[in-house]
Amino acid sequence: MADIVLETRGLCKRFGPIEVLRGIDLQVRAGERIAIIGGSGSGKSTLLRCLNFMETPSEGEVLLDGVPIGAPRRHRDGRVTTAYSPAALCRVRQRVGMVFQQFNLFPHMTVIENVMEGLRTVKRLPRAEARGKALAQLHRVGLAEKLDAYPARLSGGQQQRVAIARALAMEPEVMLFDEPTSSLDPELVGEVLRSIRTLAEDGTTMLLVTHELGFAFHVATRVIFLADGVFHETGTPDAVLRHPQRERTRAFLASHAEFTF
Amino acid sequence: MRYDWDFGAVLAQAPLLLDGLIGTLRIAAAAIGLGVALGLVLALMRLSPRWLLRWPAAAFVEFYRNTPAIVHFFWFYFAMPVVLDVSLDAFLAATLALATQSAAFYAEVFRGGIRSLGPGQWEAGRALGMTDGQAMRRIILPQAMTRMVAPFLERSFELLKTTSLASTLAYGELLFRATQVNSATFRPLETYTVLAGMYVLLLFLFSSAAGFAERRMTAFR
Ligand SMILES: Nc1ncnc2c1ncn2[C@@H]1O[C@H](COP(=O)(O)OP(=O)(O)O)[C@@H](O)[C@H]1O
Ligand SMILES: [Mg+2]
Repeated sequence: MADIVLETRGLCKRFGPIEVLRGIDLQVRAGERIAIIGGSGSGKSTLLRCLNFMETPSEGEVLLDGVPIGAPRRHRDGRVTTAYSPAALCRVRQRVGMVFQQFNLFPHMTVIENVMEGLRTVKRLPRAEARGKALAQLHRVGLAEKLDAYPARLSGGQQQRVAIARALAMEPEVMLFDEPTSSLDPELVGEVLRSIRTLAEDGTTMLLVTHELGFAFHVATRVIFLADGVFHETGTPDAVLRHPQRERTRAFLASHAEFTF
Repeated sequence: MRYDWDFGAVLAQAPLLLDGLIGTLRIAAAAIGLGVALGLVLALMRLSPRWLLRWPAAAFVEFYRNTPAIVHFFWFYFAMPVVLDVSLDAFLAATLALATQSAAFYAEVFRGGIRSLGPGQWEAGRALGMTDGQAMRRIILPQAMTRMVAPFLERSFELLKTTSLASTLAYGELLFRATQVNSATFRPLETYTVLAGMYVLLLFLFSSAAGFAERRMTAFR
């Protein structure tokens, strides 16, 4: 068994009185590709966002390469919570890349500048080296000829591929994709999925929230159905998507009946 | 009744008026520079999650928004020596009065520009491992700045015109020199017409330069 890269233990997330995640135990091994599916509002984004600390977990631990993130803090009443220093979170985020549904490219920078930005500002690489790495990632997503275009000049699919290259350039150990194709016109979905598939073939460890169940079936090594803030059903794509055991999973899949494997 | 316009006597005083123009530009440049720096600090304080930073900045802004500029001129010039035992020359007093008041307005311009960017840009920066400072400097401010140009100019025009209050401290800026020209020539109509023309020309050049800068800054849109 490969090493566990990313792990959560008893991860909970509340927004005020709303309990979105209720004790998530997740182990992600190197090279695994985990598809997370579930209804809208079931907490899929929240789960991903807790993994790179865009959201702060309310309870539980996140471990990177077996090392817990944050430092335990004991309160006077005996409770123990975790304190996260900004510097520690910056280090974690360099190792856990994220691609957003809305791309969030930097509109004031060209394509190549977008991809170089993290390398220059965060990793402080010399310009030539950053450019080389950025070019390599843009090649991977098939956008090496758009280097000096501004994002506003690109299609949604191209923008999302730049966003993928931007995250990859940091050479993260895990990639998080939060519905990377959900805000794209249908005819642009394919090109983005092809880029993600290329990464999958290269052995990139990834967690992918998606409604593209056909894609999940072919590309994921494991599928997780999230409902009521817990893993309702998990297993191989074949087990979860073709032979679901739980009623709730079946109902969810039935509502996505249009997908084909 | 007909009035015989005669600009000759006034134009003969051109060196004095030019000296006034330079005085106006000196105060304006110093006050804008200082005001922008202080305004940025105030804006960042007001955007801070800590109330200990937010609250004093908000009080400062409210105070300056609700007091007339001339009060600050007098305060820096006449009250500082008494209260703090520092006496400022007219240039310094005028610059400080303008800079502090403009800072309050610039702060609101900056804050508005920064807040006009959604959370997505912050998150994209943080997701790459940037500190909040890095995200602010590299991602947020460069974009916010392009949205600030128009309100920023409006404030700066206001400031440029308000420099005329420095004449009340007998500082040799445009208005003060114009009053001198007037008492030398007894030609108030011509004097103040030329004065108005000089302000218009100044602001026109200023706004043309700013328009050029704005087009370059927003080329990416
Ligand atoms: N920042 C937030 N503040 C308050 N509630 C939130 C916030 N983010 C998400 N939620 C709530 O948490 C629940 C799960 O949201 P989300 O993780 O975005 O679901 P999904 O991605 O599965 O559609 C929703 O009910 C949503 O309204
Ligand atoms: Mg979501």
